[in-house]
Formats: sequence, C-alpha cells, structure tokens
Amino acid sequence: MSRALAYWLFRYRRTWQGTIVVSVANPLLFLLAIGAGLGSLVRGDVEGVPYLEFFAPGMLAAAAFQNAFIDAGFGVATARGRERVYQTAVATPLSPGAVMGGHLLFIGLRVFVGALAFVLVMAAFGLFSSAGTALAVLPAATLTGVAPATVVAAWAVTVTDFPRLNTVFRFVVMPMYLFSGTFFSVEQLPAALQSLMYALPLWHGADLCRSLALGTATPGMTLLHVAYLGALAVAGVLVGRATFRKVLYV
Amino acid sequence: MALIEASGLEKGYPGTDVRAVAGIGFQVERGEAFGFLGPNGAGKSSTMRMLACVSQPSGGSLRILGQDPVTHGRELRARLGVVPQDDALDLQLTVRENLIVYGLYFGLSLKHMRARSAELLEFAQLADKAGERVEHLSGGMRRRLTIARSLVNDPEILLLDEPTTGLDPQARHILWDRLFRLKNSGVTLILTTHYMDEAEQLCDRLVIMDKGLIADEGTPRELIDRHVTREVLELRFPPGEQQQAADKLGGDVEVLPDRLLCYADDGDAVQARVTELGLQPLTALVRRATLEDVFLRLTGRSLTD
Repeated sequence: MSRALAYWLFRYRRTWQGTIVVSVANPLLFLLAIGAGLGSLVRGDVEGVPYLEFFAPGMLAAAAFQNAFIDAGFGVATARGRERVYQTAVATPLSPGAVMGGHLLFIGLRVFVGALAFVLVMAAFGLFSSAGTALAVLPAATLTGVAPATVVAAWAVTVTDFPRLNTVFRFVVMPMYLFSGTFFSVEQLPAALQSLMYALPLWHGADLCRSLALGTATPGMTLLHVAYLGALAVAGVLVGRATFRKVLYV
Repeated sequence: MALIEASGLEKGYPGTDVRAVAGIGFQVERGEAFGFLGPNGAGKSSTMRMLACVSQPSGGSLRILGQDPVTHGRELRARLGVVPQDDALDLQLTVRENLIVYGLYFGLSLKHMRARSAELLEFAQLADKAGERVEHLSGGMRRRLTIARSLVNDPEILLLDEPTTGLDPQARHILWDRLFRLKNSGVTLILTTHYMDEAEQLCDRLVIMDKGLIADEGTPRELIDRHVTREVLELRFPPGEQQQAADKLGGDVEVLPDRLLCYADDGDAVQARVTELGLQPLTALVRRATLEDVFLRLTGRSLTD
C-alpha cells in the first residue's frame, strides 16, 4: 500500500503548490462572499449563532465532501482508464487491494490538506474559540471527505463512461452539497426532505464539524456521526477490494 | 523442465460465449525468444495477460517457472517483466521518475533505484533524457523507456505485447537490437506481433494463432518449408480480374483482395507460363517465400471475411 502511495506522492511533488493555493483561496472567497457578504443580509441568528459562524463549518464539510468526490470519482476513473496507472501497478507484485489502498491514502492526504487550509482560514476569521476546537474540527472534516471517498472509488473504478461521473456529480453530489445543512439549517426543509438528509453522509459530516466548531457537540451525537461515517468508509473499502480485483484481474 | 508449460489453456469472458483463447498448448524453454503471431482478435493479448498473471485462465493448465499463476501470482510477477501494448507510462513524471516509481512497486529501495535507473537509461539509449517529462518523448523513445521499466527487477521472462506496433522503421531496428542484446544476456523473450519480419527477425520459435487456437508451431524456417514453396510470384491484375486469371493459371494460387500469390519452387517458370497464356498482369514480382505467406495460408481466408 505504501508502495502505491509513493507513486502518488511523486506526482504530487509536481503539483502540490498549485493545489494549496486553490485550497486556501477557495474557502477565503466563500467565507467572504457568502459567509460575510450574503450573510450580512441574514437577520438574526441561525440555530442560535450569527450566519458566518453557522455557515463556515458547514462549508468546510461540504468542501471536503466535494473534493473527495472529485479525487475519488474522476481521479480513480482516470487512473483506471486513460492513464492506466492501476494496470501498470498490478503487473508488479502489488495486489489490486494495495493499489486501491495506496490511492485512498493519497486521497485522504489531499482531503486532509484541503481541510487544514480551510481550518486555518476559519481561524483567521476568528471563528474558533480555542486552538483545541480547531484541532477537533480538522479530523472531523477529513472523515467527512474520506468516508464517501472509499465508496465513490469502489464505484468509479468500474466506470468507463466518463459522462456518468458528471451525471452523478450534478444530480447526487450537488443536491447533497446544497441541502445537507451546509448553507442553511435542514430544519427549514419540509419534513420528508429533512429525514432524507439525516440519512445521507454529508449531513452527518456537516453536523459533526459544526457542533465541534461551535462547542455544542454532545457525546451521543458525535459518536453517532463518527460511527456512521466510519461504517461508510469501511463499507467502501470492502466493496472496493472486490471491484478493483474484478476490474484489474480480467 | 520448460519455463512455461500450457495445455488446453482457455480464456472466456463473462457475458460472451466466444472464448478468446479456446484451448491452446505450448512450451517455452529458458533463453529462447518465443512468438505469438496472429491477426487482431486471435487471442494473443488474452494469452499474454494470463502469462503475466493478471488474468485467471478459464480452463486448462498453465505453469510458469514451475508454479501455478493463480496461487503464486505475486511471487511470479516479481520475476516477470511486462511491456504492455500501450506503454502506460506516466506522462507527468520524468523519464527517471517513471523507472523509480515502478521499482518501488517491486519493493526496491529509492537508493537502489537511483543507481539502477541510470544503468537502464543507458541501456535504453535515453540517458540524456533522464530529466525530461515523458510527454515530450517520441513514440520510439517511449517504447524503449517501457522496456527499460520492465527490466527494473531483472526479470527472467520478458513479455512484450506488440513491441514495435506504430513505430517507424528506424525506431523498430533500434528496438530489435536492444531485444537481441537482452536475449543474448539470457532473458527469455515472449512476444506477440502481427509483423512477419519481426517474427522472422526475433523469434527462435513461434506459434500462429487464429480464432483462439494454435494453427501451427515451429521455427520460422520450418513453418515456411511446411506451408509454402521456396518462391512466390505476386501478380496484380485490374480489380475484378483476379479470380478469372487464377482460374486460367491453375496450380497453387492464393487469391487475395489485391493480388494473386502463386506458390512455386521456380517463380520464373510460372511467370513464363503467365506470358504463354496471354495473361497481362499490371505487375509481376518473384520473391522468396516469407512467414507472411505462411500467415496468409493459415489465417488469410478469415482475414478477408
């Protein structure tokens, strides 16, 4: 697995500066434009706090989730398709499971770096009451990205038809991105939609990040969120081991 | 004992009844260059994937270096070198980095790979390109890099899937020269090709595959002696007159879409008969029989389908 990770790190050496600029600029722009700009029009508090404080951790979770989908969806499909990275690797002693594991570790690293940049920008906005709060939010945001990433990778390795990824991005990822309690409270949704959002991973990630950031986390809910996301991550790895093997050992 | 032993080997894919490999048997001895020759879709690449231990046979038996590729795939892959048809190099990495990351896949250390990559680039005549991105390399250079990459683990067997397809003549000759050197250093070469000159140049022994089966097996010379005459007279007639001319001429004649091939030990004698019969070909050429003639004899009719 570390051998497969080494490959991705070699590639990352060439691109990391650029990706870090994006990772900092993206939250900066969103927090300024929506959190501070549009948020100034929001009268009163949302779930008891000013809009910027409500919005920032939700956006952090949504960004981690979206970045994870892009890396695990488009990244994995490209590595299997056009670039044939995986086929090259399995011609060596590496197993399909190790090839998947190495790529997932790299995706995890990317999600972590993105979350770190976001958390630093949030700190610059004075959104954390203490350094400990920021340190608790960071792994929560990483888990929010990694959990769906394993599932997406397990599926994306089977996708040879690229437009299908776009379809899923538009009709599955974007609605979750917008409605999972990221930009506004899910309590504003009709009851049926609200229940649906509670069942989906991004709501768990957003609520986990937000409750930790605002200091409103309860042991019970935190455990529930972490267990849900953890189970999702494990399920993705188990399914992925099978799909990677099936696709790479034809 | 043979290095590779296959008998009744089959490969089918889910969702289709057609078996890409429909029961083939062959043996490869240590140090020889062994070829799979056949048209597209003959089952060559499927066979190569099974030899590379990344594809499980659907039937029959296969032993590589005395082991079963299904249960010992990992150990076997450590002793094989693979040159895939499409290179699959990393275009974003440099020439040297491509070798290094591949070496890491085999568990070789970074330090070892730094030294080893210099040797391999020397061998592949790419030493001056070490720091360049693969993106900027020509097709021939990429191919040589892929071969260099396949050698990182000092493989005992090198599998080459259509090693010179798409290369210009000069690049092909450079590549053949490198492959000769490898063979002389004791590496067993197994290659697929649909170029007859390549098979004649490189292979000690080969099998001709068609529709998932082995049509025949032998040295290039044996196959030529067995299936064709010493010489071939090639005649070209205006379109639509080929068959008519063939009927008139009689004898051992193969009718191809664009020309007639007349097999004879004395090509000039047949040419004289053509003139006697009053036939007027657009062009006429007497040449030595090659593996291409064998290939067309054994698989040609299916090609024209």
